[in-house]
Amino acid sequence: MTTPSTDHRATPDATGSDGLRLHEVSLTLGDGDTAVIALDHVGLTVAPGEFVAVVGPSGSGKSSLLAVAGGLQRPTSGTVRVAGAELTALSDKERTAARRRHIGFVFQQSNLLASLTVREQLLLPLHIDGRLDAAARTRADALIEAVGLAHRAGSRPHQLSGGERQRAGLARALMTSPAVLLVDEPTSALDRERSAEAVRLIAEQTRRHGTATVMVTHDTAIMDAADRVHEMVDGRLS
Amino acid sequence: MFLALRDLRFARGRFALMGAVVALIAVLGVLLSGLASGLADAGISGLRALPVTHMAFDEKATSEQFSRSAVEQEDWEAWSGAPGVERAEPFGNTLVNAQVTQGREKGEQVNLAVFGMASDSSLAPSPDDGKGLEDGGGGIVITQEIADLGVRVGDELTADKSEVRLKVVGLVDDTVSYGHIGVAYADLDTWRHLHYGLPGELPEAALRQATAVALTLEDGADVTAVEKATGTRADDKETTYGASPGYTAESSTMALIKGFLYAISALVVGAFFTVWTVQRKPEIALLKALGAPTRYILRDALAQVVAVLVVATAAGTAVGLALGSAMIGKAPFSLSAPAIATSAGLLIGLGTVGAAVAVRRITAVDPLTALGATR
Repeated sequence: MTTPSTDHRATPDATGSDGLRLHEVSLTLGDGDTAVIALDHVGLTVAPGEFVAVVGPSGSGKSSLLAVAGGLQRPTSGTVRVAGAELTALSDKERTAARRRHIGFVFQQSNLLASLTVREQLLLPLHIDGRLDAAARTRADALIEAVGLAHRAGSRPHQLSGGERQRAGLARALMTSPAVLLVDEPTSALDRERSAEAVRLIAEQTRRHGTATVMVTHDTAIMDAADRVHEMVDGRLS
Repeated sequence: MFLALRDLRFARGRFALMGAVVALIAVLGVLLSGLASGLADAGISGLRALPVTHMAFDEKATSEQFSRSAVEQEDWEAWSGAPGVERAEPFGNTLVNAQVTQGREKGEQVNLAVFGMASDSSLAPSPDDGKGLEDGGGGIVITQEIADLGVRVGDELTADKSEVRLKVVGLVDDTVSYGHIGVAYADLDTWRHLHYGLPGELPEAALRQATAVALTLEDGADVTAVEKATGTRADDKETTYGASPGYTAESSTMALIKGFLYAISALVVGAFFTVWTVQRKPEIALLKALGAPTRYILRDALAQVVAVLVVATAAGTAVGLALGSAMIGKAPFSLSAPAIATSAGLLIGLGTVGAAVAVRRITAVDPLTALGATR
């Protein structure tokens, strides 16, 4: 994007947002004899409001896919487009800004900050972006409500269960109304029942907020909620 | 400070320990500053109080000039007439032991730093009690430190060995010392009796001598010609402090201790924030993955550093001031606001530098690590 969107929409914006688009993306890690092809000509398009699951064994390149799609890592070749902007053409600084404004991450085991309450976890991304205002607070409360943590809004991570942390992480990722939601192994710390519940919640929020959602997991039992399922083997996506 | 403040609250135990270290160093900083200014006062307040800009010594006296230098009448006369010299007057300096021979504290031993000067010179004291000096009168004007020993105006002291008798005619109620000894002002002839240890008639040669020429020079005056002609060297007032016994050693010892203190403090603060930053690495990676610019995280971290240092230094300085006020009068101790402000400023400044080196690690954290171990 040349101008950052000021429209913090709940639905895809009008600037020609087309969710997430990976085209012929390859990523080689290391070099020489130790080089590993993490991604091998991967193509993937996820429309706004669509929930795509990527499954594969560990080491298959799932996390690399998220790293590249989320602008954490530059692919060796190929292009990544997020909300209509070519992520791969941006400077490091611009990529950081794109992450801040257009990409939501839900990390493994949620990755919350130890000293912040649930509510503050949600406010943090907007403070980073310099737009922590009354609207942000209202939005945070609404999201906390939506993920069922209203009674936990003032709790810190160490007081939360694994499932609650996961839900807080999801709510935080949605705070900035991202065009793309990237979810890394959301169920690794959860039991079966809570896993299903967590994934259902992600699917529901994807539709409500119109995010282009990619979830990577090795847990084949939780893919029912996804619109599409891709399999990743040795850096190739089927 | 969104995160910094919350981290401070959350990890308050650790930060309190760290802050306590800085606070204790600040206490020590105040006490050392107080001791340093106290020692300086005891060492050179007598010189500082003299209304001069320079002192001209015998050029051959290169250290401890006040005990080794001697100048002659021709010298101060030459200085008087030289261009750029507003005032040039003979000045004598001698340490003597004396005994109270008349007065309440009869028999008491008293050490005196005797400053000799013409009674009508600009150097002569204006006593708060009694009267001033009189040429050839054998009277002295004592200062507070001597009065503290019980010597009063009207008492008589007798110098050891030479048996020169000294009548206490006046009192300046400031603490004025030289080389940790209370100053007594005497007229030049009385000073000469003490200096040469000669009661009675002074030989002709002695009458023409003093220790140094006390000078008031115009700004930027070039006095090389008169220095050359008289064989004397004009040291500025601050330089003459180094000629006071023990002053250089004392002040450099204090400076060394303070220097080490600040260095230790900067290292401790740096070490703490290094550990803290390393510990925070996963959170820093997360912040970066969330799109926080490195500048945002650095600013947050530095604000935290400064907050800890300022609060701890302020608390330590307050405690130091309380302890220090209790020490005044019991030790060579005086509290000077600029010295304490400098000490606190250095503690905060150097601590920030130490911590800045530590938090610089933030720039190297890779946001990719936030994605976890499954890559």
